[in-house]
Amino acid sequence: MTWRKWLLWLMAMAIIVMLSACTSRPGGSAGGTGTAGSSGMVNPAARLAKRNAAKVVQPAPEPDQNRIVIGVYADLTGDNSTFGEETRNGVTLAVEEANRAGGVLGKPVVARFEDTRSDPQQARNVVTKLIQQERVLAVIGEVASTMSLAGGPICQKYGVPMISPSSTNPAVTDQGNYIFRVCFIDPFQGYVMAKFLAENLKVKRVAILYDNSSDYSKGLAEFFQQSFRKMGGEITDVLSYKPQDTDFRSQLTTIRAKNPEAIYIPGYYKSVGLIARQARELGIKVPLAGGDGWSSPKLVEGAGGPGKAIEGCYFSDHYAPDDPAPQIQEFVKKYRQRFGQTPGGLAALAYDAARVLFAAIEKAGKLDRAAIRDAIANTRNFPGVTGVITINEFGDADKSAVVLQVKGNRFVFVTRITPETATTAASARQVK
Amino acid sequence: MELSTLAQQLVNGIQSGAIYALIAVGYTMVYGILRMINFAHGEVYMVGALVAWLGTSRDWYGVVSHASTGGLVLLIATAMLVCMTLGVLIERLAYRPLRHAPRLIVLITAIGMSFLLQNLALILFGADPKTVPLTWRTVQLGGISVSLGQLVLLIASLSFMAGLQLLVKRTQFGRAMRAVSEDFQAAALMGVPYDRVIVGTFAIGAALAGAGGAMTAIFVGAPVTPTFGFMPGVKAFVSAVLGGIGNIPGAVLGGLLLGVIEALVGGNPTLSPFRDAVAFCLLIAVLLFRPAGLLGRAVQEKV
Repeated sequence: MTWRKWLLWLMAMAIIVMLSACTSRPGGSAGGTGTAGSSGMVNPAARLAKRNAAKVVQPAPEPDQNRIVIGVYADLTGDNSTFGEETRNGVTLAVEEANRAGGVLGKPVVARFEDTRSDPQQARNVVTKLIQQERVLAVIGEVASTMSLAGGPICQKYGVPMISPSSTNPAVTDQGNYIFRVCFIDPFQGYVMAKFLAENLKVKRVAILYDNSSDYSKGLAEFFQQSFRKMGGEITDVLSYKPQDTDFRSQLTTIRAKNPEAIYIPGYYKSVGLIARQARELGIKVPLAGGDGWSSPKLVEGAGGPGKAIEGCYFSDHYAPDDPAPQIQEFVKKYRQRFGQTPGGLAALAYDAARVLFAAIEKAGKLDRAAIRDAIANTRNFPGVTGVITINEFGDADKSAVVLQVKGNRFVFVTRITPETATTAASARQVK
Repeated sequence: MELSTLAQQLVNGIQSGAIYALIAVGYTMVYGILRMINFAHGEVYMVGALVAWLGTSRDWYGVVSHASTGGLVLLIATAMLVCMTLGVLIERLAYRPLRHAPRLIVLITAIGMSFLLQNLALILFGADPKTVPLTWRTVQLGGISVSLGQLVLLIASLSFMAGLQLLVKRTQFGRAMRAVSEDFQAAALMGVPYDRVIVGTFAIGAALAGAGGAMTAIFVGAPVTPTFGFMPGVKAFVSAVLGGIGNIPGAVLGGLLLGVIEALVGGNPTLSPFRDAVAFCLLIAVLLFRPAGLLGRAVQEKV
C-alpha cells in the first residue's frame, strides 16, 4: 500500500510548506511593490503620483469624541522586540505628559498597543482591529518598513492618519496621503554611510551583506551601493542572509576572499551581533557599518559583550543620546527616570511621532480624521527631540542623520550629516 | 573559488551540518519506531539553548564558573538532562494517549506541541534575543580560520553520534530499539517492553537535541529566541529525509551534506538569497526520485 506512504509524505510536505511560509514573511510579496520602488530608482514624480492616487475607500467607524484614542502597532514579542519596546515607551511618555498637561483639546489621551510579532499578516490584522474595534482616531507605527508597508494600506483604505515613527523605506509613505513619517528615508540614510565611509574613513572597497527578507534592508543596501559607487568606491560583493540564520560564515568567507576595507550590513541588531562575531572569528578585522536597524540596547550583547566583536563599528541613526543639545538631554533624563534606560533613536522618534500627532489634533481643533490629516501634512518646524520636523509633500520629514560608533556598551556621537540640498526628495534624486 | 576559500566553506558547512545531524537523529529514531514525525523536536533544541543561556547568564551561587571547562561540561549535561525529561514528558502526555490513533492526529498533536512549547518559552522568558556571554579564540589552520568553540562543537557532536551508533548496535537496549522498529507487534510478543523502548528513544533523541541547542548557544553564540528551534528543526527534518528517514547513519550523512550544500550556496553571491529554498527543493527532489533517501532501503510493504 505505497499510496498511503505517498499520502503521508505529501501531508508532511504540505505542512513544511505551510510552516516555512510563516517565517519566509509573505510581506516579501506584499512588499513587492515596495521593493520595486526601493531598488533601482526613486523617482520623486512617481512617488507623488502614487501617494496622491490612493483614495479612502471606506470611512472608518466614528472615533470616540470624549477622549482621544490612538492605536500603536509595534513588534513587542517578535525578533525585533526592543524596537517595539522603545516605541511603546516613547509613546507612553508623550501620552503621560500630554495628560498631565490637561490632555489634548482638553480631552484625555489613551494609547492602545498591539503586537505585530514582526509578521506582516499579523500587522494587517492588528491595524484592522485597532480601526474597527478600538475605533482609534489615528495610528502610530510600525518601526520596520515591511510592517508599515503591510499596515499602511489599511489605514489609507479607512482614512485613518498613520504616522510611522521610524520606517525609512521610501515606499512606506507612497501608499497614500494619510501616511506620514517623522524620520528621514533610506536614499538619504544609504548616502550618509556611503559618504562617511568614503570621506571620513577614506575607504574605497566595501562588501555588502543584507537581510533578504526585509524591505528596509534590501532598499538600504541598494541605496548605499548607488551612493558609494557614485563617490568612486568599489563594491566587492553583495550577499544576503535570512533573520533565522545562525551561520553567516559562508557569506563572510566569500567576502573575506576579496579583502574589502569595510563591510556594510544594513540589517537588524539580532543578526548583526552574530554576524560581527563570526566575521571576527574568521579573522575579518575591518570596520563594520550599518543603519538604524542596529540601534538597540541588545546589539552589543549579541556580539559577545562590550569591547568584543562590534567594538568601534559605525551606524547611522536619528539622534545621539550623548548630544548636549538641551531638548535631547531633557528627553534622555525624563526617559531614564521613567524607564531606567537610555533611550535609543527609536524611542526618541516614537516620542516625536506622538507629539507631532497631538500638535496636529490641537491644530485641527476637532476629532476629525481628515482635518487631522491636513494638520499633520502642514507640520512646519516642529521642535522634536530628533531634530526640527517639517513634513514635506511626500509625507516624509527632512532631517539630518548622525553617525554613531559603538564604544563598550554605548553608542557615541561621531558626526552629523545633513542633506546637501533642502529636501530629502532632492537627496533621493541625487543618488538616482 | 580559491582552494582555501573552498576549504573554509567545507569547514563552515560541516559545523552547521553537525548540528542538523544531532537534531536529525532524534527525528529519525522516533520515525523508525513510531512512524511519526515529532515536530516538537525543534523546540526541544530551543529549550537546550535556553538552559545554556540560563546557566551562563547568572552566577548560580558560584557553584562552578561557567567559563571553566568543568562548568561548560556540567552545563551541557544539565541541558541534556532537562531536555531528556522534557522529551519523556512530551511522549507521556501528548503521544502515548494517541498510540493507537490515526497518524494524522498524532502529526497534528506534534505541531500543537511545538507551538505550545514556543509560546511557553515566550511567556516565561520573553521575546528578546538572549546571547550566552562567552567568546572564543580563533585558531588558524593553514588558510582556514576555526574558532575554538567550533572545534569543540564539531568534536563533541561527532562523539555523540558515534556513541549513539554504539548504543544502537552494541547494547541490549539498542537491540530492543531495532526490534521495535522492525515490527513492534512481533517485538512485543517476544517480550520486548516496547513502551519503555519508546520512552527511551524519545529521551535519547531529546538529549541529543538539547546538547545541540546548548552547544549552538555556547559555542556559536547564536541569539536564543522562542522560535530559535523552528528553522533548525525543519532543516534537520530535511536532513533525516535526505539520508533516509528511520536510518541513523543516514540522518548524520544527510545533516552534514545539507550543511555543506548550504554553505556553498550561501557563499555564492548569485545563489545566496536562495539558501533556504535549496533545502526545500532538495527535500522535494528526494521525495520524488528517491523516497527512501540516500541510505534508506526501499522496504516492500506487506499488504
